[in-house]
Amino acid sequence: MKVLVPIKRVIDYNVKARVKCDNSDVDLANVKMAMNPFCEIAIEEAIRLKEAGTASEVVAVTIGAKASQEQLRTALALGADKAIHIETDEKLESLHIAKLLAKIVEQEAPELVILGKQSIDSDNNQTGQMLAALTNRGQGTFASKVVIENNKVNVTREVDGGLQTVALSLPAIVTTDLRLNEPRYASLPNIMKAKRKPLEVVAADSLGVDLAPRIQLVSVEEPAKRSGGIIVEDVAQLVEKLKTEAKVI
Amino acid sequence: MKTLVIAEHDNGALKPETSKTINAAVKLGLDVDVLVAGLNISAMSEKLATIAGVNVVLSVDHAVYEHQLAESMTDLVLSLADDYSHIVASATTTGKNFMPRVAALLDVAQISEIIDVIDADTFKRPIYAGNAIATVKSLDAKKVITVRASSFDLQGEQGAVSINTLDTVSDSQLSTFVSVEQTESERPELTAAEVVISGGRGMQNGENFALLNGIADKLGAAIGASRAAVDAGFVPNDMQVGQTGKIVAPNLYIAVGISGAIQHLAGMKDSKVIVAINKDPDAPIFQVADYGLVADLFEVLPQLENAL
Repeated sequence: MKVLVPIKRVIDYNVKARVKCDNSDVDLANVKMAMNPFCEIAIEEAIRLKEAGTASEVVAVTIGAKASQEQLRTALALGADKAIHIETDEKLESLHIAKLLAKIVEQEAPELVILGKQSIDSDNNQTGQMLAALTNRGQGTFASKVVIENNKVNVTREVDGGLQTVALSLPAIVTTDLRLNEPRYASLPNIMKAKRKPLEVVAADSLGVDLAPRIQLVSVEEPAKRSGGIIVEDVAQLVEKLKTEAKVI
Repeated sequence: MKTLVIAEHDNGALKPETSKTINAAVKLGLDVDVLVAGLNISAMSEKLATIAGVNVVLSVDHAVYEHQLAESMTDLVLSLADDYSHIVASATTTGKNFMPRVAALLDVAQISEIIDVIDADTFKRPIYAGNAIATVKSLDAKKVITVRASSFDLQGEQGAVSINTLDTVSDSQLSTFVSVEQTESERPELTAAEVVISGGRGMQNGENFALLNGIADKLGAAIGASRAAVDAGFVPNDMQVGQTGKIVAPNLYIAVGISGAIQHLAGMKDSKVIVAINKDPDAPIFQVADYGLVADLFEVLPQLENAL
């Protein structure tokens, strides 16, 4: 079984994003970038399926500028067999990404596609669902457990109020939640080996997808600042303040 | 054109997110119809008809929709989409699951988790874990929108409007429901509670979360947790507050033994009053807290319970 794992290069999750002074966007110049944490979990799950003998080949794909090849090399170092880079300097929306991925799904014909549930920059939480729609496949979103048997995949999903399990016919699309697994680190020998693994580059506009923007970014602002609070001495003072000053209890 | 809101419910009762999402939808300035799909939902349809601003309730009562699986919900919404310029749902796990599927099949870009409506095309939404607020304008003819319910008020009531029963049934064969495991709780729903008390890694283990029970009882509060507490296995994941968990905005949020990582702040920093109890005076949580208490939580939690 072939597994396709789309990944995204994003701001490192420990970095606090700063808004540009002209309010046009977030400032990403000279900021540490990394693989989106949910995508790391997706790669890890695919590698585990391969180690269990369920998956035969793991293909990592990313869409973005040349620098995102760094994240593909990371995926290869973690155990992916080959990588595809769909190169574009445009800032694309989830719908564009899903359409480009649908082309790759058509070409590679994976039985399973595993994506992160959301990227920590745009916080959209859309691409997996859109890809499932465009390829007419069942979707198991926010997965905390994935079990493959008898040409079906059982996905335990993290939903409000608890857990829900659905069975999807393969081929299918799964998006990962944080508790699906704990991603491994790439070892130095594997990082060296990854340099020799195949990485195919495709120009985004060669895939015949309309990439015209559907959403106009009007402005980006800092969120309203909270006014600084006070440190209270003890519990009695805290309760007193909450009762008389804040009036919330 | 009109707006279609898809109601959020658990087949027994409407979720408060539904009323708040209708509040957001009314701000678009168009007639608002509400779709409710589920099993044995007649009481809920009647309740929906009395929420202010609702024009017509569309009710689909069928076992296919009991668990609101994305594939079937999408087919249902698509069958109604021609009449609507705006399709709106709450950004709950249910809404987040089916709405992008709807958007892709309508060939429109979805606008996720709006926190404000500027006009019928323009919205505000948080990005980068809430560290920036983007104003975005949809260029598509149809808008598919999910709403961050905690940013909107509950709608009032009105005299009941009419309920149209639909018999559309589309059972997508792509997925089937297997089971559900619900977290039992007597307390208010986390996302709707007026007061939330959350524990973090500082709680040290799951048993110590019991220290929050007495305080939660006295305040009528819901109990939440940081991702660290969930990952450590102290409490189930549906208690998690944060960018990757639930977004809450209660009147009072009490963070106990929580350092205040970016990912946690994204889920609670719009609370009206924030209280932090932490023994580390340099914990980032104190930068957003209105009232901070630098102390050992094991000493002060019992004191707090007694003082209430």
